[in-house]
Amino acid sequence: MTVQQKIFALTIGAGLFLVIIELVRRRKLAEEYSFIWLLTGFGIIVLILWYDLLEWLTHLIGAKTPTTTLFIFGFVFLLLLNLYLSIKITKLASQVKDLAQKLAISEKADRR
Amino acid sequence: MNKNNLAIIIPAYNEAGRIATSIAGIRKFGNADVVIVNDGSDDDTAGEAKAAGARVIELPFNLGYGAALQTGFKYALDKGYEFAVQMDADGQHDPLSMEALISPVLRDEIDVVIGSRFLDKGNYKAPFVRRMGMYFFGIIASLFTGRRITDPTSGFQALNKKVMEFYASDAYPADYPDADVIIMLYRQGFRFKEVPVIMHNAAKRSMHGGILKPLYYIFKMMLSIFVTLLRKE
Repeated sequence: MTVQQKIFALTIGAGLFLVIIELVRRRKLAEEYSFIWLLTGFGIIVLILWYDLLEWLTHLIGAKTPTTTLFIFGFVFLLLLNLYLSIKITKLASQVKDLAQKLAISEKADRR
Repeated sequence: MNKNNLAIIIPAYNEAGRIATSIAGIRKFGNADVVIVNDGSDDDTAGEAKAAGARVIELPFNLGYGAALQTGFKYALDKGYEFAVQMDADGQHDPLSMEALISPVLRDEIDVVIGSRFLDKGNYKAPFVRRMGMYFFGIIASLFTGRRITDPTSGFQALNKKVMEFYASDAYPADYPDADVIIMLYRQGFRFKEVPVIMHNAAKRSMHGGILKPLYYIFKMMLSIFVTLLRKE
């Protein structure tokens, strides 16, 4: 990895970290959901600073260059995050349905 | 304790078989209104609570401890109650201690009184990890509030309307209110103190079981305290 690549990746990692903390502070993001993002920012920083680990991972998954490894892990992370959010949306949709039904039934009971 | 402006708020999740005993225990010490917030239980918690003479608020699904409790505060504010006592449904909190808890609030000396199981030598024995967590966050809360906090996780509290309004706001955590809320109380300028209370060992406590959950809890609490300190309030 070139120095530019390292600086760029570190900036992304650290920037992500700060943005997440700020979002939690402003109550735009719940602590619950910040967890996975903070872990990501932290993961990027660790992989850049601990270059041997990145090289070992690169070798492990059979990639050619460490940047590819970062890309692949980034992709896998986004995939998993999307899956997680889909699960959450499914749950929220079901809860909204229950709420709407309960509300409708209790309003009907009121009007009688 | 025969107050009609006092609500005793109890969030309950799957407490069938115990809830009636808990309500009867409270009734022995006065006839304040008991408000049970049924947090989407799978069992007959609501039915048993109604039969025992409590007012029951039914959440359509499980919202978590903090959100259920907050529902109780919102209800109490809506109904015009001036004071509230919050306690657990499982009989862990001894109603004998209620008087000591609520008196300073009724006399308007304190805004919120937190019942501590550790101030006096009680008979309460928590599992090791949980005890360490309480101890650790107790120290952090003490550090940032400048007074000794021994039991930051205590869900046995007495509070007045001002604190109810604060607890009803978005600042109140939906999962588990803890040291972060105590630090918020301090930063909001509320008068608060701990008093010793009697707590019994509850039969079941799933709150911090396993390995991942306590780790997540520690992370969440650290982050929550950290951002609480960053907020200018």
